[in-house]
Amino acid sequence: MKKLSARRRHPLAAVVVLLLALACTGGLYAVFAPADKAQAEETAQSLTIEEGKKLYTVGCASCHGTDGQGTSDGPSLVGVGAAAVDFQVSTGRMPAATSQGAQVPKKKNIYSQAEIDQLAAFIASLGAGPSVPTEEQYGPEGADIAKGGELFRNNCAQCHNFTGKGGALTKGKYAPSLENVDPKHIYEAMQTGPQNMPSFPDTTLSEQNKKDIIAYLHAVNSDETVNPGGLELGGLGPVSEGLFAWIFGLGALIAVAVWVAARTAKAKKS
Amino acid sequence: MSTTETTDRSRGKAPAGERVADWADGRLGIYSLAKANMRKIFPDHWSFMLGEVCLYSFIIIILTGVYLTLFFHPSMNEVEYHGSYVPLQGQLMSEAFSSTLHISFDVRGGLLIRQIHHWAALIFLAGMFVHMMRVFFTGAFRKPREINWLFGFLLFVLGMFTGFTGYSLPDDLLSGTGVRFTEGAILSMPIVGTYISFFLFGGEFPGVDFVARFYSIHILLLPGIMLGLVVGHLILVFYHKHTQFAGPGKNNKNVVGMPLLPVYMAKAGGFFFLVFGVIAVIAAVAQINPIWAMGPYRPDQVSTGAQPDWYMGFAEGLVRYMPGWEIDFWGHTLVLGVFIPLVLFGLVLMAIAVYPFIESWVTGDKREHHILDRPRNAPTRTAFGVAWVTVYMIGLVGGGNDLWATHFHLSINAVTWFVRIGFFVGPVLAFIITKRICLGLQRRDKDKVLHGRESGIIKRLPHGEYIEVHEPLSQDALHTLTAHEQYKPLEIGPTVDENGVERKVKGSEKLRAKLSKSYFGEDGQIPKPSVEEYKEITSGHGHH
Repeated sequence: MKKLSARRRHPLAAVVVLLLALACTGGLYAVFAPADKAQAEETAQSLTIEEGKKLYTVGCASCHGTDGQGTSDGPSLVGVGAAAVDFQVSTGRMPAATSQGAQVPKKKNIYSQAEIDQLAAFIASLGAGPSVPTEEQYGPEGADIAKGGELFRNNCAQCHNFTGKGGALTKGKYAPSLENVDPKHIYEAMQTGPQNMPSFPDTTLSEQNKKDIIAYLHAVNSDETVNPGGLELGGLGPVSEGLFAWIFGLGALIAVAVWVAARTAKAKKS
Repeated sequence: MSTTETTDRSRGKAPAGERVADWADGRLGIYSLAKANMRKIFPDHWSFMLGEVCLYSFIIIILTGVYLTLFFHPSMNEVEYHGSYVPLQGQLMSEAFSSTLHISFDVRGGLLIRQIHHWAALIFLAGMFVHMMRVFFTGAFRKPREINWLFGFLLFVLGMFTGFTGYSLPDDLLSGTGVRFTEGAILSMPIVGTYISFFLFGGEFPGVDFVARFYSIHILLLPGIMLGLVVGHLILVFYHKHTQFAGPGKNNKNVVGMPLLPVYMAKAGGFFFLVFGVIAVIAAVAQINPIWAMGPYRPDQVSTGAQPDWYMGFAEGLVRYMPGWEIDFWGHTLVLGVFIPLVLFGLVLMAIAVYPFIESWVTGDKREHHILDRPRNAPTRTAFGVAWVTVYMIGLVGGGNDLWATHFHLSINAVTWFVRIGFFVGPVLAFIITKRICLGLQRRDKDKVLHGRESGIIKRLPHGEYIEVHEPLSQDALHTLTAHEQYKPLEIGPTVDENGVERKVKGSEKLRAKLSKSYFGEDGQIPKPSVEEYKEITSGHGHH
């Protein structure tokens, strides 16, 4: 120790320490950094982005601008994230046929999942945004259905109705029905807030909250829903019930009344 | 039963049924009462059975309602749900909501009975509406039946509120929103609104009282009054005897039809089971008010598509399409956007209720009427009725404006504006169009009486002209088409007397004369063919 402390004022001491430090960090980096893999992934990633950009130029650029900066016909896509792309394109909403109309409707998706991933990668490369959720995030494991119901009634029912049958918004806009919508898309919609929907980032609705809501919707509004009592009549509440009561209830009773009245007793001589 | 049998039996013991009847009659003395009414005659027409639909669905509602009271807890105590409906397990809710879930999922037959109760209520109200319209359009409300008309009207209004208090009981998110709506309407009343609201809810909304209070109103107060009114309504129907349509052999002093016993007893009894059957099938097939899907009521939650049951839909519509006006009145806010609809709600209902009195004032007719009008023969009344129904229906469209928007891909704003304009223009158009149609039908009747029925047989005359052969109507048909009487428009008479002194004519008289002219003047009715006209035409050389 004495030798070392005696030479600590040596003019080359700083250089030696610097060299040692560099060697140390460099060595550690070389040990821990998966250098080759990173490089390969980066190339794959840039290839995906490249492919995505080609798809983007063909299908999206006319409205969203050549670099996703947006035009008068479509908003900027910088920072919307991969989740938004996955939602919009795989539900067929994008590319929209026209920017006219109150709202872009859901339609048949024309891209494969691989192409959507490429598009998503390209858009994600334009600016940081929410990424596509994993099954772990939206899957049913560990979800509290009842809590989800409460959250749904607090945050979603105002527009989407009690059980997600959808509803009207102003000037021809609408909240679509959530019946049999892919859980991933519900998650992405909450995350990104497409079209007229507000977004519910994790700071507003935590990951667990979103999971609960998705599980609740699956319980009350899907093919597997157990809903006793007979025909649901669209699940729209008293309007469809009233219509049904008038047409089939009173209608049937009037038909019966006509039938009874037409069968009168014959006058008989006694 | 023949007489010989009776004499045979008179020596031996009477049959058991007769002895029981004798025993009962000796103590109740109902035979004399029954004898007078057993042979009561009722005319046959399907539209006369609409009232029966209402009566029977009312009975069904009472029966199923009693069953529901056995399991329902009218309490707003907060409990945690641990029943069999998974998506609500662990949620906090009122005991009322949880007991309704219990009825729906865990009580034997509970859901079916609940659905029968609710479907029967919707059908009861719809039946009353149609029954009321039948009475209105055929003029059955005329003397001596004005009071019975009011009884029926009261039943309809009380039925609306019984229904409202009933569907509010489960304390679910949908009905809670409706109660909140009602609270808003009450609060919009100037001066008294706040006091009434605090009185009704026992303090701030929602409080902990309203379910228990609505329960008393729903199962005791309103149905009690309604039951009394139903009995009164039926007694008056018996007392006045039933009306009938004009026809050969029918006049203002007789009733042509079948006797109550045995024919109508059998028919009505059978019809009760048919009504019960139809309602039970509907309740078994179609879901109604799935409160488990709506969740428990919490004042901080609301869902889109929150509408009341159909009979309150017209009130909902009035509020939905009324612009949200507010005025500040010396520091007090007057919420016209809610208060005006509340007033209109009452006015629209009152308009149909008082119509019989307006009509009898215009005609000045003090006689009894037991023969029904065909709607076309009272064009102004029919037009008024259709205009009223139009206002009502426009209210219903407005109440469901969001569903019109989503299901027909319209803008909700466009639907609302359509309804706003329709509220003013619709009834006027309906009035004019209906009146023209009625007059057209009257002309056709006149034509039929004078020229006969178009036979469809084309005849070629010797000189080449083609004519269609018209067949004269039978005497019965001629009678039916000309049986209605036509009023003459009221004349005020000269405004100056024989000395040239101006005679005072009251404003109300002038108004009455004006109304009378529009009812019965040239534009109000087509003079029915007179005997002379008929003779002149039929005595000629056949057809024209």
